Amino acid sequence: MSNPSSLKYTTSHEWVKTEADGTISIGITQHAQELLGDMVFVETPTVGRKLKAKEECTVVESVKAAADVYAPVSGEVIAVNSDLDSNPEAINEDPYAAWMFKMKPDNAADVDALLDAAAYQAVVDSEAH
Amino acid sequence: MTLKTTPLNAAHRAMGAKMVDFGGWDMPVNYGSQIDEHHQVRNDVGMFDVCHMRVVDIKGADVRIFLRYLLANNVDKLTLPGKALYSAMLLENGGVIDDLIVYFMNEDWFRIVVNAGTADKDIAWMKKQAAGFKGPLPTGEAAVALSPASGGKLDRGNMPISIISRDDLAMIAVQGPNARAKVWEALPGSRELTEKLIPFSAVEMGTMFIARTGYTGEDGFEIMIPAKAAPFFWATLAESGVKPIGLGARDTLRLEAGMNLYGQDMDESVSPLESGLAWTVDLTSPRDFIGKTALLANPPVNKLAGLVLLDRGVLRGHQKVHTPHGEGEITSGSFSPTLEKSIALARVPKEVAIGDTVQVAIRDKILNAQVVKYPFARNGKGLL
Repeated sequence: MSNPSSLKYTTSHEWVKTEADGTISIGITQHAQELLGDMVFVETPTVGRKLKAKEECTVVESVKAAADVYAPVSGEVIAVNSDLDSNPEAINEDPYAAWMFKMKPDNAADVDALLDAAAYQAVVDSEAH
Repeated sequence: MTLKTTPLNAAHRAMGAKMVDFGGWDMPVNYGSQIDEHHQVRNDVGMFDVCHMRVVDIKGADVRIFLRYLLANNVDKLTLPGKALYSAMLLENGGVIDDLIVYFMNEDWFRIVVNAGTADKDIAWMKKQAAGFKGPLPTGEAAVALSPASGGKLDRGNMPISIISRDDLAMIAVQGPNARAKVWEALPGSRELTEKLIPFSAVEMGTMFIARTGYTGEDGFEIMIPAKAAPFFWATLAESGVKPIGLGARDTLRLEAGMNLYGQDMDESVSPLESGLAWTVDLTSPRDFIGKTALLANPPVNKLAGLVLLDRGVLRGHQKVHTPHGEGEITSGSFSPTLEKSIALARVPKEVAIGDTVQVAIRDKILNAQVVKYPFARNGKGLL
């Protein structure tokens, strides 16, 4: 599965989708879910929480390990995907559909400054060496 | 450092395994989904590459005498050839050097299987103990000849013992309710030899050694085979429909089955009596063994307990456990695919009782867990 070119990415393996209203949805990439393996638990942030860029805000746990998910930019949490409570394996099945939380970014330009698909792929490739 | 590889390394890669560094070995952690592999073994059959574990043959006349002293469990429980015994091997201070399975072959030959990560240490320890080990006092004519009355000196003499690391042997575990049937299908002639084999015993078949043992809580075999023949046997099992299972599922299967993992649930710093191994330590017979004095002098204050998480989350090793009787620590924790809950083994004060609710610190939260009797699951079913 390749990384959709319509999304932005972070070096910590989150994907970011900009919605029509300027809010963003955040999940973890194909590469991240492959590394973690079968997901069994997701702990999302509280709606209304103000996050700074790179702040830990979600925990995903696979059978194997726990991992933090970071806010890609500064902003406020406006929604969380509670479907993942009962169906965390959705992250394995389609990581780019399984969003974890939505944010209203403080500054839209911060989102534009994130990695594009090609730059993110370069990050993944460099980690493999 | 170059990772060590088993004879099945190429086969794993061809089967799409995700490989990881497992204590210096390049091993498959899964071939796709760890949870699917777990269910595959509980419900049907799967095979594991356990070539990294080490087979050690102990040979010498009356070698049983040496093993009585070397191991915490009593090899005198082994009377029938092929019978296996699970035992800890202890330091003088009672700490666990390793846990192992010892098979009785004949009075001059016992076979031991030890963990991969501890194998070199184990063998060095065995050799150290064997060097200069004194045999029994001579009897009969020899005793008369050697007795001080006949001018001789009564000497117990050194007992020659050979510790032979069988690096030439590979090992494949086939586990699950359909494991035996699949092995019989893949290995002509094995059915006649192994159909009557009772659990925890083994039989030789030519250059192979087939044991009805495992680390999953399911029926099945652990099969030793010359290393050069292992890839062919693995491929034959695969053709019979046996799915490969990675180390990830091996860990959740053994945890559900309530089996200890060396380095997590026990190690050199902890008494076997605080590691859920009291049933394997024979303190009742007059026999002396390494570590016995220390165990008798230090009665356990902790014990290993099973935990099931009541709140949402996942228990993991090293999380702190708060109980009404003091603090404990999780030694192994994970998600149980069979129970669909998080489970753990934890070392807690011995006063903690089954049914108690305890608190576990997970990141910035305190979550509730219940103390339960383990194993958690075996033979295809959850036991809670």
